[in-house]
Amino acid sequence: MADIAATGSAVAKRRRRRIIVNKRVAPYVFLAPFIILFVVFLIVPLLYAFDLSVYKSTLVGGTRFVWFDNYKRAFTDANFWSGIVLLIKFSLMQIPVMLGLSLLFALILDSGTVYAKSFFRVSFFIPYAVPAVIATLLWGYMYGPAYGPFAQLATAIGWPKPDFFNDQTILPSIANIATWEYMGYNMIIYYAALQAIPTDLEEASLMDGAGAFTYALRIKLPMIVPTIIVTIIFSIIGSLQLFSEPYLLINLARNVINSHFTPNLYAYTLAFTGQQYNYSAAISFVLGGVVAVISYVFMLFANRGVSQ
Amino acid sequence: MPKDKSILGAGLDRRRFLQVAGASLAAPALATLPAGVARADDVVNLTFWAWTPGTQDVVNMFEKKYPNIKVNLQNVGQGAPHYVKLRDAIKAGTGLPDVAQMEFNSIPSFKALKALADMGTSGANDVKDKFVDWTWKAASDGDKVYGIPWDSGPMGLLYRKDVFDDNKLTVPETWDEFADAALQLAKNKPGTFLTDFGAADAGWIAAVLWQKGWRPFHVDGTNIHIQLNDPIAKEWAGYWQKLIDAKAVDTAPVWTTEWFAGLDSGKYASWITAAWGPTLMTSSMKASVGKWRAAPMPQYKKGDKIDSNWGGSNFSAFTTSPHLKEATLFATFMGGDPDAGKFWNTKEFLFPVQKALIEDKELMGTKYDFYGGQAVNEVFAAAENQVDVGFEFAPFQDYVNTQIQDELAASIGGKGTLADAFDRVQDTVVSYANDQGYTVV
Repeated sequence: MADIAATGSAVAKRRRRRIIVNKRVAPYVFLAPFIILFVVFLIVPLLYAFDLSVYKSTLVGGTRFVWFDNYKRAFTDANFWSGIVLLIKFSLMQIPVMLGLSLLFALILDSGTVYAKSFFRVSFFIPYAVPAVIATLLWGYMYGPAYGPFAQLATAIGWPKPDFFNDQTILPSIANIATWEYMGYNMIIYYAALQAIPTDLEEASLMDGAGAFTYALRIKLPMIVPTIIVTIIFSIIGSLQLFSEPYLLINLARNVINSHFTPNLYAYTLAFTGQQYNYSAAISFVLGGVVAVISYVFMLFANRGVSQ
Repeated sequence: MPKDKSILGAGLDRRRFLQVAGASLAAPALATLPAGVARADDVVNLTFWAWTPGTQDVVNMFEKKYPNIKVNLQNVGQGAPHYVKLRDAIKAGTGLPDVAQMEFNSIPSFKALKALADMGTSGANDVKDKFVDWTWKAASDGDKVYGIPWDSGPMGLLYRKDVFDDNKLTVPETWDEFADAALQLAKNKPGTFLTDFGAADAGWIAAVLWQKGWRPFHVDGTNIHIQLNDPIAKEWAGYWQKLIDAKAVDTAPVWTTEWFAGLDSGKYASWITAAWGPTLMTSSMKASVGKWRAAPMPQYKKGDKIDSNWGGSNFSAFTTSPHLKEATLFATFMGGDPDAGKFWNTKEFLFPVQKALIEDKELMGTKYDFYGGQAVNEVFAAAENQVDVGFEFAPFQDYVNTQIQDELAASIGGKGTLADAFDRVQDTVVSYANDQGYTVV
């Protein structure tokens, strides 16, 4: 007995010595890496940008505190709002197509009738791994009228060269790049959500006479509606911040892409060409506000729809 | 009096803090060097930002002559991105190179930011007489030297002899003849254009308008005179609008792969450009080597000899450089050394700014393969002497350039005429100047 008690307390001593951190402090220690990075790379720049936005620095006259003048100016800036309208058009065009395709492929992959499932999952996801800059340069080359494959193909079969950079085609051209990049990502999210659906539902629906197609549409789809709503919100947030694509394509399409094509591009031009860093910061905050409002409004509608 | 904003409090400007800190750290080191130049066993490292092809070869020439100075050449972008990076570094207070390529049209902007070092204090004025007068004046202010001239860009007409011969075109000597040739070429051979109208390059627009007498800016202290949409600009806009509407000139964006391909293939029969044009063509245009020729820029009145300048760069040093003496030495070598100058001209088509080289009959008579053996320097030397130098750039030229490019491109895309574009640019630039604190007179 005494031996066991002795060993017991020896083990307990060993265990106690292994506790490096107090139980109460441990969660914060685990959170610390994330919190530090979050504060340093998100909160501090936000505070700095806000600080910038309430001052005004001019070539002549130095810097002075101007309260919310920059914000007032942003609310009446036609360049900014035309960019927002353009992105709303862009989102309406691009998000349904991209998410529709993601949903379709996720359902197909999940239906159990596909060979080489992993191959398709990986290959659809690879465009997401390509950085946006590389993707845009790639597609910029592909759209090119002299060396691009589409133009060369068209010439080879005697058709007129497709013009990817005119007024009507510029938004679809950019939407195509964004769809190519993010379809795989959303597909993986839907696929993961579909995995959570219990398989006995499928057997039950088969017994009730539902075909695979009806099963996918009437049962699986409604079950992943919350996931779909989340991806729509992410897509809205992403689309409203469109920057890399217009920035990299501007030299190829100068007649249709101008320096204030999207609000983020406008903020960039204001800061780095116009040296108006303060106003640029204010524009960024107003853009953030617009994104927040639109996302919130969408969430309200979506949740109301779901609860009904 | 506006209070200086500072994140360090106590009214201490952040940039000044870094400068003082840097100087106080460098002072003990400099105090031990005789005459301010590095001793043989002290290696000084300079950072140099430039984009012109071939720069490394001339840097090697410098390092050979001054083995204790090592120069780290970096290409941070051609044109606009290069200046963005410079401005970022100025704003951040750190990261500026010792020396950078600085085009003539950017010197007023960086002078306004108080970033350019006065190389006159380090002996730059000793080389003043080597350079063509107008180039030295454009980069300095009395005894204050803000740039050592590197090259200039006298304008001319580069044309494809083979395309001209095939279509029986004669080299136009006036702009009227140019328009006639454009219309004729478009009629006889649709798909081939006399030239591409480069709305996307505000530098080109400024240069061609300069020849017509356009003088949009004049700065006097904090007063600025702005007139971008005067009759000269409107007439010029009308001339090109006519050609664009008649599809006699193309409106594709310039400086793209497609555009280089167009020049190479003969889709564009000519290019109104500066002497340095071929520098950027030879690496990508193999098919047309030998088929190009240079002619004087078309004139508005027959017999006139008025030319303008596009681009041309300088070697400028920055106030944050801890090695101003070595930076000045480097800049004066790169710009003023006769062998460097010969290299720039014979290997990179840059037009020289050194008097000795322009008077060198042999150099001026060099026959270039790219031009099928033509001694083009003679054409450009004549042009160089005809540059009317009263052209002033804005202290915020990058902003002006973006507006010009946006608005002219918008007009080409259908939003009114080119002349309307100039009105829009005038409005935005005037309101920008007012916003930045200038008094617009």
